[in-house]
Formats: sequence, C-alpha cells, structure tokens
Amino acid sequence: MVKNTHPTLPEFDYVKPVTLFETSQFLFTHSNDSSPFLGGTDLFIRMRDGVIKPHYLVDIKHLAGMDKLDFDPQKGLTIGAAVNMNRVINSPDVQEHYPLLADACKSVASYQLRNRATIIGNICNASPAGDTIGACIALDGVLHIHGIAGSRFESLSDFFLGPGKTNLKPGDIVTAISFPLPPQGHASTYVKLGRNKLSDLSIVGVTVLGNIDTKKQSGFRFRVILASVAPVPLIVTQAETYLSSHEVNQETIHQAACIASEASHPINDVRGSARYRREMVRNLTENALIKVWKKLNQ
Amino acid sequence: MTFHEIIVTINQNQEKITVPSNMTLMRMLREVLALTGTKNGCSAGECGACTVLMNGEPVNSCMVLAVECDGAEIITVEGLASDKQLDPVQDSIIQTGGVQCGFCTPGILISSRALLNRNPDPSDAEIKEALVGNLCRCTGYTRIIDAIKEAAMRQKAKE
Repeated sequence: MVKNTHPTLPEFDYVKPVTLFETSQFLFTHSNDSSPFLGGTDLFIRMRDGVIKPHYLVDIKHLAGMDKLDFDPQKGLTIGAAVNMNRVINSPDVQEHYPLLADACKSVASYQLRNRATIIGNICNASPAGDTIGACIALDGVLHIHGIAGSRFESLSDFFLGPGKTNLKPGDIVTAISFPLPPQGHASTYVKLGRNKLSDLSIVGVTVLGNIDTKKQSGFRFRVILASVAPVPLIVTQAETYLSSHEVNQETIHQAACIASEASHPINDVRGSARYRREMVRNLTENALIKVWKKLNQ
Repeated sequence: MTFHEIIVTINQNQEKITVPSNMTLMRMLREVLALTGTKNGCSAGECGACTVLMNGEPVNSCMVLAVECDGAEIITVEGLASDKQLDPVQDSIIQTGGVQCGFCTPGILISSRALLNRNPDPSDAEIKEALVGNLCRCTGYTRIIDAIKEAAMRQKAKE
C-alpha cells in the first residue's frame, strides 16, 4: 500500500450521545481518553500530529440547544456551542449590537474553515492566539457549562489557566456563551497582526472596547485584551485603570500602550520574536485605542 | 475502531456506505467512491484543494469526518456540471487561462460556485476574501479572479 504523504487521522471511536446528561457521564467515565469535539479544526490537526491521542471523540454538535443563536433586546445574546463562525458573522443582531464579535470571527482562517470553526471551540482550545477570545472577554461573555453535577455559569476572566488549559473539569461540556447587552454607544476594534493580511494566526492580537462612562474619573471606560503575548489571553487591567483615572488624550493613550507592552510577556516562536511582539503590542494597542477613542468622540 | 453505516447524497446520488470512525470525508470521496477530483493537499484545512459543498456550504473535506455526513448532501467538482453543460465558473476558468498545474482547480471551482451562490456580483476584494482558503502556486491568482468576474457576468446574462 502506498504510504500517505501526510499522516492521516489515527484510530479512534466516534461517539454521538443523545442527551447532555449522557454526554457528561461518558466524558466523566472516560476522562483520560475522550475528547468532546465541535468543528474539529484544531483537534484533528493535533490528533494527526500525535499531540493528543483520544480513544473516543464525542460529537456534541447535535445536542439540544447547541445550534441556537438568540438575541433578546432585554437580556442580550446567546450563541450555542455548535454555531459556526460564518453564522455569527452573518447574524444581523451580531452585526448591529456586537460588531466586535463579527470582526473577530472574520479574522479567523478562511471561509471554508469558518463554516466548521466555532467560538466555543476557540475558547475551549484555549490557545493564547485564539482570535475570538478577546472579544468574548471584552463583551463580558459567560459560559454555560454542563457537568456531572448539573449546569452552571462561569465567567471568562479566570477560565484560562495556560496554553490549552482551562478550568473545565472531567465531564464538563460548554454548551453556549451568552453576552449581556453591550454598553450603550460603545466602540470596539480587533487589530490582528499576522504574517499576511488575511487568514494567518496572530503574531499579536489587540482587542479594545470603549464606552463613555460618567462614573469613571476620565469619563471613559476601556477594555484592553491581548492575544499571543502571554500563556493565556491577557487582560491588561493596568492600562484599563490608567485610562479610567487619567484624562484621555494622545499622550495618555501612548502611556497606556506602553503599559500594555510592559505587561505582555511573549515568547520567541516561528511567527515572531518576543522583542518584536512587545514593540508591536505598543504600536497596535496605541492604534486600536486611538481608533476607538475617535469613534467615541464622534 | 468502530464502523458506521451512513446514507449520504453525493452529486445527487444517494449512497449507503460503511465508514470507519477516523475516515475523513476527503478520504471517503477519493478512496471509497473514486471521486478523485477532490484533492488531498495539506490535510490541515489550509490549502483548500479538498473543498466540497456540504449542504450548500463549502468545507474542507479533510476536516470533516465521513460519519458526520450522515444525511448530508455533498457536491464535489464532479457534480458541478449538469446536462453535459459546464458550470459558468468552469467555462470561464478555461477561457481566462486560470488553470496551470490544475491541482488547486477543483477547490477553487467549488469556492467560486459557493461565492456566486451567496453573492452573484462580487467585487475584487470579495473574491480575494472568498479565496483566502484556496492556495494556488502557479497562476498568481489574477486569471482566477478574472474567471470569477467573467462567470458572474455570464451568469447574469443567462438570467
């Protein structure tokens, strides 16, 4: 037999449980050798490369509620785990109320891949480079988790423990993410530096969301989240507090960008050096903040 | 490893196939059904040579399990032409010289068909965006983009 030039997927058993309860039970019982999967866009590659060797792949796409994308003008947005990124991008509700989510999804890979890739998959994969994670944090996303003890909600702020590591326990599956209504009149941007203009993984990713907030000393509230420059998606709290307590202008924005650069602790890898990344964090954070600040002043 | 019996419609023919868990849609098309128009490039969802339509939307068939296609409708490059008539994207890519080695062509044709289905009159930028996931190392893309614009025009003229 001709040997494949590219290794193919190793052997595993495909499992498709019918209920959430059954799924959690199965994943709990086989916690060492099973993995839930949605689009498989990250999982299959890691399996093919032998990084992980699950004996069971548990398809959770068809479970009840996984496919819904609902917007309620009182409560906000809920995106089921099986909703692919193109559906998020094309949703008129997302475009109108949460454009940052659409922008983040648009920056991921190609149209074909986005037909399979999901936001929940991106989150659970817990790559520091995950493009949609910054937007989900900035918009105060809350995960719906079904576990062995039932359902619970978890915020994203302390969900990530390290590259590929999350707070999820054996038997847990994330069924959806919901977002409260975004702050009125907010502005946002996702600035992504890749090796090419479209489709690449990020060398540095900067998510900024801002809104006018009279409770803050400066009158503004900003969220700044960085991708690919720390073991986990990095919320730059120092820069956020700096901008809420100092008058916002070109100079303080530059200062906040320097704080972000200092706060980052990137590594050298094939996509860029740590030093380059730190410089880029400063420049791109400054650009992103200025862009959002200008929109807020319009 | 477990095997699964699936019923899948491929280029409008219903097939009943038994597939192992780890078989991708791409391998099923090429190795079980001998539909070798769908190419195996990177096996990682990057090059787009294996792109097919699944329920009307383009996917990388190397990143879809065959067992997931139970009940699905798949169109491969072999299914683009109908009644011995080439699809406008096929005709135009021949006319403009958008094929050189031809390895990426099946994927490009499927992505182009999907693009024209959702946007009958795409701009240059929209065409480029739609083809981000289809790598071509020969043509430099210019003639492929010309072909899609040409196909859009032909399609409009037909209507």
